[in-house]
Amino acid sequence: MKSDSLEKINHDEIHPHFGSVEAEQFSSKGIKVVLAGNPNVGKSLFFNYLSGMYVDVSNFPGTTVSITRGIYKNFEIYDTPGVYGISSFNDEEKVARDIILNADVILNIVNSVHLERDLFLTLQLIEMGKKVSVLLNFSDEIHKRKIKIDVPRLSELLGIEIFETSAVSKTGFDKLDLAIQKAHEGSQPKELHHLLHETLKKVGSQAEALLILEGDESIANKHEVECAPIEIREKLYIERRNLVNEIVSEIEFEDSKRGEIFNRLGKYSLHPITGIPILLVVLTLVYFFIGDFVSQRVVKYTENELGKNEFEYHLKSFIAKYTPVKITVHNFDFNGKLKEEKVFDFKNGLDVNPLLAKEFKSYSSHSNSSSDFYFFNPIYKLFFGEFGIITMTITYLVFLLLPLVTAFYFVMALLEDSGYLPRLATMLDRSFNKIGLNGRAVIPIMLGFGCVTMATITTRLLGTEREKTIATAILQFVIPCSAQLAVIAVLMSMAGIIPFIIYVSAIFSTLIILSTILNKSVPGESSPLLIDLPVMRLPRFDNIIKKMFYRTYGFMKEASMWFFVGALGVGILEITGLLNIWQEILSPFTTIWLKLPKETATAFIMGMVRRDFGAAGLFHLSLSPMQITVAITTITLFVPCIASFIIMLKERGWRQGLLIWSGTWFFAFFIGGIIAQIFVH
Amino acid sequence: MKKPVKDKIHTDHIQPLDKIKKGMQVTIHSLPDGITKAQLIRLGITTGAKVVCLHRLPGGTIVLQKNRQEIAIGYDLAKKIKFNFIQ
Repeated sequence: MKSDSLEKINHDEIHPHFGSVEAEQFSSKGIKVVLAGNPNVGKSLFFNYLSGMYVDVSNFPGTTVSITRGIYKNFEIYDTPGVYGISSFNDEEKVARDIILNADVILNIVNSVHLERDLFLTLQLIEMGKKVSVLLNFSDEIHKRKIKIDVPRLSELLGIEIFETSAVSKTGFDKLDLAIQKAHEGSQPKELHHLLHETLKKVGSQAEALLILEGDESIANKHEVECAPIEIREKLYIERRNLVNEIVSEIEFEDSKRGEIFNRLGKYSLHPITGIPILLVVLTLVYFFIGDFVSQRVVKYTENELGKNEFEYHLKSFIAKYTPVKITVHNFDFNGKLKEEKVFDFKNGLDVNPLLAKEFKSYSSHSNSSSDFYFFNPIYKLFFGEFGIITMTITYLVFLLLPLVTAFYFVMALLEDSGYLPRLATMLDRSFNKIGLNGRAVIPIMLGFGCVTMATITTRLLGTEREKTIATAILQFVIPCSAQLAVIAVLMSMAGIIPFIIYVSAIFSTLIILSTILNKSVPGESSPLLIDLPVMRLPRFDNIIKKMFYRTYGFMKEASMWFFVGALGVGILEITGLLNIWQEILSPFTTIWLKLPKETATAFIMGMVRRDFGAAGLFHLSLSPMQITVAITTITLFVPCIASFIIMLKERGWRQGLLIWSGTWFFAFFIGGIIAQIFVH
Repeated sequence: MKKPVKDKIHTDHIQPLDKIKKGMQVTIHSLPDGITKAQLIRLGITTGAKVVCLHRLPGGTIVLQKNRQEIAIGYDLAKKIKFNFIQ
């Protein structure tokens, strides 16, 4: 039915002039056009061009992979994650597979510089019996590199239309309509049909039959047929690969070998001798951007000014109109020192006592004051109090986490699109092997310094369950998130250089002990590194912004709810008095074993709500430099914030999640205690 | 830095890929089974494919070049791939 309407366009309404056909003329309603291609072929530029403004992004169920859908004329345009082939080896592939299976027309974007790699997917799409047109992208790049491609011959061999494009200079974009209309089935190897015959009879779709032959279990299960043995996949893959090689050797000519090793920087960033200095430069730049600019300046403004002084202050004052409240207002001088403190007691809410309310307003409304609202009604307290589910969580999510997560995704997109990240993963591969991971784990670990919750979700990109477990545990144990790092940095600067060395070596040795234990004890296998290193190039700004936006959106959408749930949990503990009991239980450990004041237990417990609360709670206590060392070591290793705890339970299951969680209790107190026993007198 | 020793490449032993040296041009002799094999084939690393060793990083991570494409292969995987010297 859908294909009928496509036929109609093909025959009746071919109109090569872009945009000149009235949309209503198309009887193409609901035709799904899918953009497919290898990673780094410029797919999203075509998608942006076609979809214009009407884009919706959603996360594919159970993955971090986002699907973007747009409307172009009467076509539904889908973008897919970049893949080297259709199968279900990882999340990206599963998502791409499902979108492609449902496609009516596929625009296969091919990087003309990497025909040998890219045509494998093209042939697979053709063998699936899909209607395909190829967009041969980077056509300007091959001229630069003196490569010649016999396009008419390639089109003849593949049996489909090929359009030369350059996404960067936007040439060939006027032919996109034609590419959609002219898409048709390509020439498929005859032997394939003999192989497909039996399965095709059972499942009715050539595309699905092919995937079943290639050993895709989930498709086989869907049709309740037996999955083909692995030898068939290998046979098909090798034949396809050989066919690609034959085709490429027939249609591609190279005038000169020049420009093969294109980018020196790429080469230097691989080898540790040059790669580590490059990494240090990159990290320094990242530090100045995220550590200094975003988390100090931007977040300070958004969290304190916008979050606390505007959003929370106004919301709380509004609520305070109607309910008994005690408000403590602190006024600070320009150096941030406490000038005076005033307590306003409203027995029946602000509205009942307008005179006092007016005084409170004028006293508290200038920029160097902060107001603590104490609501007597426990329900109001639960929602709007100091750790209120609504007040604190929104400030945290919108004014602290959002800018940080955005900045982190921006940097990651920049590193990814420039081609640096895969090289970094390669350089660090061997070090990661020692802890049972491969180089790709650098991505979640780096993100962990931004937000452990975000990083825990990202562990999904790792190859096996074992790797996901190890990476999650490392994140939850030793990686301090940026909110926490900021506070730790301030405390460390108060303590001095020797405490700093002790702290770093304590965390580092915990990392080594922990990863050795994990590597020995977590069952299963780790996957080896196998990645394609794309050409190093200057990333495109609009692409980076897009990636940053989609990923931030995806994260906020997936994780936000858990921050509210976490706050509710802690709020209930507080109201019922369980939180106090917990602090009482902890206090002997804190005073005797960690040699810290009793109140530090509160800081630890608060660290469960938000990790930076834990560290910030130490500001008010007068601790010796060594006590600071003990306290922040313990807090760094201590249980993760409640949102990342819940996400961890979701990702890794109850048993593993709780094991990791209780492990952090043990390690935090054990290591912290050792430092205390040695250094605190 | 060691220069690639071209005149030594006349032993036609089959060797695991972790033994490859920088600059060597070799053909792939065999691949390990399973999903990895499928992934290797898709990236163009098939039996008989001609590849050049671009880098051999300390610890043994291998970077191969096949035509214009660069592929990084972890040490443990490299051990399972066998290559032939090109005469």
